[in-house]
Amino acid sequence: MTVIIEPTKCIGCEACVSACPFGAIEMVDGVAKINDKCTECGACVEVCPVEAITRTERAKTEEVSPEDYRGVWVFAEQRDGQVMNITLELLGEGKRLAETLGVELAAVLMGDQVESKVPELFAYGADIVHLVEDTELKNYRTESYTAVLAELIKKYRPEIMLIGATNIGRDLAPRLAGRIGTGLTADCTELDIDLEQRLLQQTRPAFGGNLMATILCAQNRPQMATVRPGVMKKLIPDSCRTGKIIRTPYQKDQVNVRTRILEVVKEAGRVVNLEEAQIIVSGGRGVGSQEGFAVLEELAQKLGGVVAASRGAVDAGWVPASYQVGQTGKTVHPKLYIACGISGAIQHVAGMQNSGLIVAINKNPNAPIFKVADYGIVGDLHQVVPLLIEALAEEGKPDLSCQVESAAAQE
Amino acid sequence: MKIIVCLKQVPNTNEVKIDSKTGTMIREGVPSIINPDDKNALEAALQLKEEKGASITLLTMGPPQADYALREALAMGADRAILLTDRAFAGADTWATSYTLAQAVKKIGQFDIIFCGRQAIDGDTAQVGPELAEHLDIPQVTYVKKILAVEKDKVVVERALEDGYEVVEAQLPVLLTAVKELNTPRYPSAYGIVAAFDEKEVETWTAETIGGNPEKLGLKGSPTQVKRSFAPKAKEAGVIIKGTAKEAVQVLRQELLAKHVL
Amino acid sequence: MDFELTKKQEMFRTLFQEFAEKEVAPKAFEIDENGEFPWDTVKKMGKLGFLGLPFTKEYGGAGADTLTYIMAVEEISRACAATGVILSAHVSLGCHPIYQFGTPQQKEKYLVPMAKGELLGAFGLTEPNAGTDAAGQQTAAVLDGDAYILNGTKIFITNGGCADVYIVFAMTDPAKGLKGISAFIVEKGTPGFTFGPKEHKMGIRASSTTELIFQDCRIPKENLLGKEGDGFKIAMQTLDGGRIGIAAQALGIAQAALDECVRYTKERQQFNKPLSNFQAIQWMIADMATDIDAARFLVYRAAVLKDKKKPFSKEAAMAKLFASEAAMKHTVKAVQIHGGYGYMKEYKVERLMRDAKITEIYEGTSEVQRMVIAGNTLK
Repeated sequence: MTVIIEPTKCIGCEACVSACPFGAIEMVDGVAKINDKCTECGACVEVCPVEAITRTERAKTEEVSPEDYRGVWVFAEQRDGQVMNITLELLGEGKRLAETLGVELAAVLMGDQVESKVPELFAYGADIVHLVEDTELKNYRTESYTAVLAELIKKYRPEIMLIGATNIGRDLAPRLAGRIGTGLTADCTELDIDLEQRLLQQTRPAFGGNLMATILCAQNRPQMATVRPGVMKKLIPDSCRTGKIIRTPYQKDQVNVRTRILEVVKEAGRVVNLEEAQIIVSGGRGVGSQEGFAVLEELAQKLGGVVAASRGAVDAGWVPASYQVGQTGKTVHPKLYIACGISGAIQHVAGMQNSGLIVAINKNPNAPIFKVADYGIVGDLHQVVPLLIEALAEEGKPDLSCQVESAAAQE
Repeated sequence: MKIIVCLKQVPNTNEVKIDSKTGTMIREGVPSIINPDDKNALEAALQLKEEKGASITLLTMGPPQADYALREALAMGADRAILLTDRAFAGADTWATSYTLAQAVKKIGQFDIIFCGRQAIDGDTAQVGPELAEHLDIPQVTYVKKILAVEKDKVVVERALEDGYEVVEAQLPVLLTAVKELNTPRYPSAYGIVAAFDEKEVETWTAETIGGNPEKLGLKGSPTQVKRSFAPKAKEAGVIIKGTAKEAVQVLRQELLAKHVL
Repeated sequence: MDFELTKKQEMFRTLFQEFAEKEVAPKAFEIDENGEFPWDTVKKMGKLGFLGLPFTKEYGGAGADTLTYIMAVEEISRACAATGVILSAHVSLGCHPIYQFGTPQQKEKYLVPMAKGELLGAFGLTEPNAGTDAAGQQTAAVLDGDAYILNGTKIFITNGGCADVYIVFAMTDPAKGLKGISAFIVEKGTPGFTFGPKEHKMGIRASSTTELIFQDCRIPKENLLGKEGDGFKIAMQTLDGGRIGIAAQALGIAQAALDECVRYTKERQQFNKPLSNFQAIQWMIADMATDIDAARFLVYRAAVLKDKKKPFSKEAAMAKLFASEAAMKHTVKAVQIHGGYGYMKEYKVERLMRDAKITEIYEGTSEVQRMVIAGNTLK
């Protein structure tokens, strides 16, 4: 594709200049001109009032025949033999895509003695499970897992490959895409099918969440995407569902693994599983200090939730990076998100805007957080939060956390 | 020891503002910086240089203005800087970018470690590092949060996981991607800045310099294309609860109870 | 005429801003409150080469230009004016006279470690009876064999007690008046050289200000800076340069006041709208911004003239006069804009207002600057 501005038609209105997300259009002698930064996204085409901008399809440089590739695949990430939550989310989304395309959904499960997990994958939507078992596949290794997946893809030719955007998935997916020579879209938050062209529309935030981009992989297969945990919906498991198991042996001698795991350490203390938390009390720069988080911790405990933080608080060293919610941290979708002393920079909002209900407590009435909040209280969090704790105690419900848990169980 | 540090000049996305009327990004006046994670990568290399002795070559692909980012990295203490700049590189996705970098690394010659940042704040893909390692057929360790040992033929590092970390030993040559927990990047010194502009060079390499298959460069070599970009939809504003703090928390409690979130 | 910084200067400016924000600003409140000299920050500045910015590499300097050094004082003062004056007094008053007038041996022995930040410098001219009228020097230096014997007292000496090297002025030939003044390099620890107690000041409280007391203090002959009788010339030329430094300090303070007001007026609501929506406030902000830019151009021009080795005495005086008066005027306004909060120590503008006052006084009062400017203009 190429984007061309017809200089004789251009009226110099500069509408395209401000519409361009990449700063790729400059005004030269009163006429818009496209520079090197152009990614051919076509954002300018739509805004031009005089149709001076056109986008033409790029000549096809066929490397594969897309029609030879069929089916949607999901990488079934497991750790310590447990199927990760993201895998179930990918199955849910993968199922939807597969049904739209009229194809089967397959999961690739690697590990050591993990066959017992196959029914779970079927229950959550897989039609086929590719099972590769070997003691050497017990833990994720870049080189062994890449080799297995690359071979399976070459053999079975799926059109779509989804991988969770976890620390493992984001290590594996690019290595695999590099090897296969196909495109990869990182950290997608929305997937869709353009049936007419039979293409996967992969939407993801960029520029710190300031911009959403929809990305296509037109010529190469499979179309690969890593998907942000906590965004896609799992299916309601159906334990009656079953499917086909395809076993493939691990060709140990064909893989050169040049790394070795010496030790796996689970971080001591309370593991913050923000992605799965139902209630989150989050603190930002306004908390003021490490000690300031104590009152948030108290509120979180009272509500049966967990504490999180914005990048500001993490950068200040008050809480570890694993607590960070936002574009460069975690994406969360609790039922209740209470933002305390968080200004609401777009990077933060990107990670929490899908929360069920957002409450913001901030001194500054103009803080952008109030724009995304359902309820806002303008005030000093160090004053408001203790009052809130007090108010909740009045209710005479000594253990709210149980209530939340039982509510969750009923779902 | 020979180290290559890959870095990217990015707009400081923290300072990007949104035009409240059109919902589009205001890019004007947004300063360009060295991608933060890449600074951690560079710092790791600089520490190795101080401890073990090493030469550090910087590698970046970008427009001519990226010279500035390389100068800053030179000011921090790197020895050599290479800027890959050519119209042919424009519009590259991560695959084409990593292919281009791989060609350049091959031209640089023998090396022991390539350091990259985990991901860039403009694209947030975290893909170029692993794809580069694949193109070069060397092992990779991503999300490196601590370097425990660097020996003649191997490194031992801690790789961050969501719920802890793993200790990984990798053979050299290796590609490591750095997370911000790895270290605190140093300031360039005044001596360093003067040296970076007055004494050190930034070499400019083009598509011709690095060779390889021109079909795999830039937009042409990119399997992915941006179809459309748009401003994220903003959530509708809610209500500000008025009154004293005491009154406000009571109203909030009632609302939360009414909505069954408590 | 070009108002753009070079890429190198731009990188320096970013470095100073980052350093000021991360290393200087977080300590500013506490060191002001406790009157505590920021040794830690000074050591860090030394390591990064800030203490020798405008000197060539052969003398341990960074080899940057005066404008770059001036931006360092500005940006650091914007975070903490006390730290800014420590830098300015060291570079402009402590190092510069040796750089300009020292012998190769003096430069090797003193300037090199000073520029590297290993030794801190200071400047002793003012006396109880010789402030604005510097010619009234009563400190005397008498040659006795291979040494001069110093007797007398200097007052209000910035970096006093903390500095390792002092440029001290004394009368070697009282009969010659101004031409009888000489300059000496005096090391801390020389027998007969002691300090008065640290002064309690209104502002720049973290900087150290003391008396220097000389009682039969023997200074080796080779520590005479320049020739006998060169002292007044050395002092005046040094102060010309120093004034650009103080002007930059004032500029930094004024800029900080504006920064605070912009932030505060956008946040603070009265009558259901932010303060920044009120015209009375907007006009104050507009005046502030305009004066600060005017001050900046004056200060930078003086620095560029100095770099180009052109006369800059008048321009330095103008820069200092305008920048310091702008800093005073607008920090008072800034407190006013903040209302009751501005009077409280928790708000930075309270400190800014106290810090601003000294810039109208030291290294030549506003009245002296007007004398210099008028003298040059009516010449």
